[in-house]
Amino acid sequence: MLMVQVFSVPENRRMYWRETIRQMYDIGIGSLIIVCLIAVFIGAVTAIQFAYQLDGTLVPDYYIGYIVRDMTIIELAPMLTCLVLAGKVGSNMASEIGGMRQKEHIDAMEIMGVNTASYLIMPKIIAALFVIPILVIISAFVSILGGFVASVPTGVLSVNEYVLGLRSFYVPYNIIIMLVKAVTFAFILTSVSCYQGYYVRGGSIELGKASTQAVVYSDILILLADLILVTVMTT
Amino acid sequence: MIKAVNIHKSFGDSKVLKGIDMVFEKGKTNLIIGKSGAGKTVLLKILVGLFDPTQGEVWYDDINFFKLNKIDRRALRMKMGMLFQGGALFDSMTVEENIRFPLDMFSNMTAKEKSIRVNSCLERVNLEGVNKKYPSETSGGMQKRIGIARAIVFHPKYLFCDEPNSGLDPKTSILIDELISDITQENNITTVINTHDMNSVMEIGDKIALLHQGDLAWVGNKSEVLDTENDLLFDFIFASPFLKKLRDQAIKS
Repeated sequence: MLMVQVFSVPENRRMYWRETIRQMYDIGIGSLIIVCLIAVFIGAVTAIQFAYQLDGTLVPDYYIGYIVRDMTIIELAPMLTCLVLAGKVGSNMASEIGGMRQKEHIDAMEIMGVNTASYLIMPKIIAALFVIPILVIISAFVSILGGFVASVPTGVLSVNEYVLGLRSFYVPYNIIIMLVKAVTFAFILTSVSCYQGYYVRGGSIELGKASTQAVVYSDILILLADLILVTVMTT
Repeated sequence: MIKAVNIHKSFGDSKVLKGIDMVFEKGKTNLIIGKSGAGKTVLLKILVGLFDPTQGEVWYDDINFFKLNKIDRRALRMKMGMLFQGGALFDSMTVEENIRFPLDMFSNMTAKEKSIRVNSCLERVNLEGVNKKYPSETSGGMQKRIGIARAIVFHPKYLFCDEPNSGLDPKTSILIDELISDITQENNITTVINTHDMNSVMEIGDKIALLHQGDLAWVGNKSEVLDTENDLLFDFIFASPFLKKLRDQAIKS
């Protein structure tokens, strides 16, 4: 029911557009550093761990680059980035909308005739659907770079081996999987968080609970969606 | 004119309103008074559609509000202005942005026209030169006046005020009351005020309704208050021994 209200015709496209741009900035620029930081470590740890696991086997070393690339693209970049964003962006959205509910800002907008569900939630969802896939792509690049930094200067692999790994067995369809996951997870984390904030009742304790529930439910649904998507798209 | 017909409202087993029938007249300040928990705020929120009644109807002139679909309800709400108890000013926006918000959302006015309208509203509430301030940088009385300016920026036909004097000193309260009363008369709008401030009752109560435990206990105007024989109203208005003494002295003299 909430989504029907959210995706109704905007009262004023310019106001909605302005709000969408603000949300894009908040989600994108505001989350860039944490996403990059996590991505570097994902790539680095994946590279070192697989080097350790493949040590002494008949699997060629350059496979490490290949494994880092595909693990990052197919799974780690979209999933971990969105789990982190559920914590950062999702809780922020739930708190922002919940705070507006408690301070009667939403009631004030309703009296003015504003479709509050649409004005407060639609720009956030649209912004997330555009920006989070970009963050996931950046995360994938940075993660692969992290794998390089962790494995090449330390002598685990040569530059040529890592690059050869990155170039091996490339399947463009994996990028599609990554983007589908990113868009799906973005929708889940924003809609769940906004729902939790929009329907918050009570005081600051309830607002805190709503914020926590936004993160917990988003994370659970993201993991569930991950399983469903990977099953549907790879079998 | 706003007409509440047989309004009932329950929250679970708790009956908050038990059949309120009331007409809020055009061009007058209509006061809803009563003790805390009497159902004033619930009635006000039903009138503006923030709560749906369990039973009953609300008529805006010849329009049955709760029979309207969501789009028509929003269209009617554009003719309403409301001053909230806490102001409900958007704290991340400046005073000017707060007042301009309804214009930005619903009008095709140019930036200059909007600016003129905002300044005229600020001037009307005797609050000039605060355009660039944030609500947190203004006093409680100023916030109320900013709230009034925002409520009247779209020239509403109906004005609702939820405890406009709460948290204000008596002098500022009187200024706010006079402002609301003047705006009501100037624009011939229907104003409904929810209050338990005695100054408001005696100064601007063109029509007064006393709620008691969800029932309508008394309806009258400010000139009828002093002579009331209604025990509930008497206890409410002259709650303190000091006021009772003053009333007795006034009657004697």
